[in-house]
Amino acid sequence: MPDNPDDLAIHARAVTRIYKAKPEPVTALGGVDLDVQPGEFFGLLGPNGAGKTTLIKILTTLLLPTSGTARVAGFDVVNETAKIRRVINMVSGGEQSGYGLLTTREQLWMFSQFYGLTQRDGWKRVDELIEITGLQEQRDQKVRTLSTGQRQKLNFARGLLNDPWVLFLDEPTLGLDVAAARDLREHTLAWKAETEGRTVLLTTHYMVEAEQLCDRIAIVDRGRILALGTPEELRRRVQAESIFRIELDQLPAQGGLAAIGALPGVVSAVHADVDGEGAGSDRVAVKVALADDSALTSVVTAVAERGSHLVGLEKSEPSLEDVFVELVGRGFGDEDGTSAS
Amino acid sequence: MSSYHALAKTPREAAEWSTGRLIRVNMRAIVGRAYPRIIGLTREPSWIFFEILLPFLAVSAFVFVYRALEAPEEFIGFVVLGGAMTAFWLNVVWMMAAQFYWEKDQGNLELYFSAPMHLMSILAGMAIGGLVMTSSRALAVIGIGSILFGVSYDIQQPWLLAGVFFLTMIPLYGMGMLFASLFLMWGREGFHLAQLLQEPIYFLGGVNFPIRAIMPVAALAIAVLPLAVGLDAMRQLVFPNSDPEEVLAPMLPVNVEIVILAVMGVVFLVAARLALGYLERLARREGRLTLRWQ
Repeated sequence: MPDNPDDLAIHARAVTRIYKAKPEPVTALGGVDLDVQPGEFFGLLGPNGAGKTTLIKILTTLLLPTSGTARVAGFDVVNETAKIRRVINMVSGGEQSGYGLLTTREQLWMFSQFYGLTQRDGWKRVDELIEITGLQEQRDQKVRTLSTGQRQKLNFARGLLNDPWVLFLDEPTLGLDVAAARDLREHTLAWKAETEGRTVLLTTHYMVEAEQLCDRIAIVDRGRILALGTPEELRRRVQAESIFRIELDQLPAQGGLAAIGALPGVVSAVHADVDGEGAGSDRVAVKVALADDSALTSVVTAVAERGSHLVGLEKSEPSLEDVFVELVGRGFGDEDGTSAS
Repeated sequence: MSSYHALAKTPREAAEWSTGRLIRVNMRAIVGRAYPRIIGLTREPSWIFFEILLPFLAVSAFVFVYRALEAPEEFIGFVVLGGAMTAFWLNVVWMMAAQFYWEKDQGNLELYFSAPMHLMSILAGMAIGGLVMTSSRALAVIGIGSILFGVSYDIQQPWLLAGVFFLTMIPLYGMGMLFASLFLMWGREGFHLAQLLQEPIYFLGGVNFPIRAIMPVAALAIAVLPLAVGLDAMRQLVFPNSDPEEVLAPMLPVNVEIVILAVMGVVFLVAARLALGYLERLARREGRLTLRWQ
């Protein structure tokens, strides 16, 4: 693996980004160090506002860092923007780029011209990408008539037009249904596997997506990288703890989740999604991390004392969200104060 | 799959472009950006109503006023020609000056910024596409106006006329290219800024009346507005027999106006280039303007 910053796909050192704002400036990135190897599928995992998109904007030359240095494909993001732009591309979730009156095929061809593909190569590449992304039936359909999923496939195809050495995917499956998101993930993996050296930097707040796609993941929150490693390495950080998913008929009274989190032997207690037949009801799900299994008794007792009834209980394998909770003391969907550790 | 970086073994090799390749990429980017505007002619037939028939009503109103006042017939020709040139001005205001604002809203601007072509190529593509699209509208206004109102032209130097027309388009669209960056920097609402510019330039450009009628403001207009200079030069070439002692008399000789247009072309294009560079620096430094979510 190369150590020379010029040989890395992405190299960032002490990158900060502070936005002017009132009443006080907002620190979006608070000193990020990051090395991504060529050929790596790297994930930035974190909740909204963690600084993921800001980092991508810096690496794609759209923003200057307030301080620190960053290089993409060996080129400096401040002074060598033209060279970086020749070897990268990016796709964002919910993107509405292009012009609605063009057909799918025309839209892709137009963007191919911005990368200098010849007429013949441009149309050839467009047809290849339409086939790869499964948009054959929509190839002559106007872009404004495409569904959200089709539109995002089109955006993805646009991102591959120039065969980028480094592809930036910023929440690419945001708002897509399960099938469309799965298709997109499969296309991404297939494209990357085609040629050695293709690097992908993905930002997401979907755990499954990060685990499925990424060789390594950085967990980001409030502008800082809290942990970095392979999904397995990250999960191992919390394997010393026992994690239980508890489903209740209602939120416990007298202190709620915070009271549970404060019990002896409880490392953290956060909200989890209620699924299955409980979805849409008043039920609540809680994920508790315990120092050892014996603390479970006090949790169940405390819940009952606070007027809640146990509907379900299961032991869980540690997930990336558990790692996140361990690191920051709250879940992805939780704001300050709604959880305890 | 065909490969864009077919011969490059590393990203560093792929990023090394010759001057020839740079030029080719930018030329293709111009064609690419012009494409949606040109193809739009066949996709949105409603433009015939909104951009020919409705503006033609305004032209007709002036014609009827001049007829009622028994003004010389040249006035009718002036109005028809002015109506045709109005189409270009509207195109510059709405589809050049306000365009970056809308491109930002759609998320196109950040894709343009992060692509390898120069942004001037995008502006040039917008201008060429707009020019082609609007020429068809302008020709329609001239054709309909000439037939309905019986306008006769005395064009003795058609090549010079064509040259003056294209020379007018360079500073006119250059002005649009400049405003594209300025609108984005100044305001949150391109729509309002476009409206703010539209009527004053109708007036100062003299599209519906001989510009000499508003002396001495006309002298200022001639000095700064490509539309006013170009229209005055074209009217001289299309209606050469207008009474030189009356209000129909030209502001300046055609040769002088050609020089003014050429200077304006250089000034506006250079200013557009500088404004674009400033916009990009500002956008990268402050983290606003180009980013859809800010």
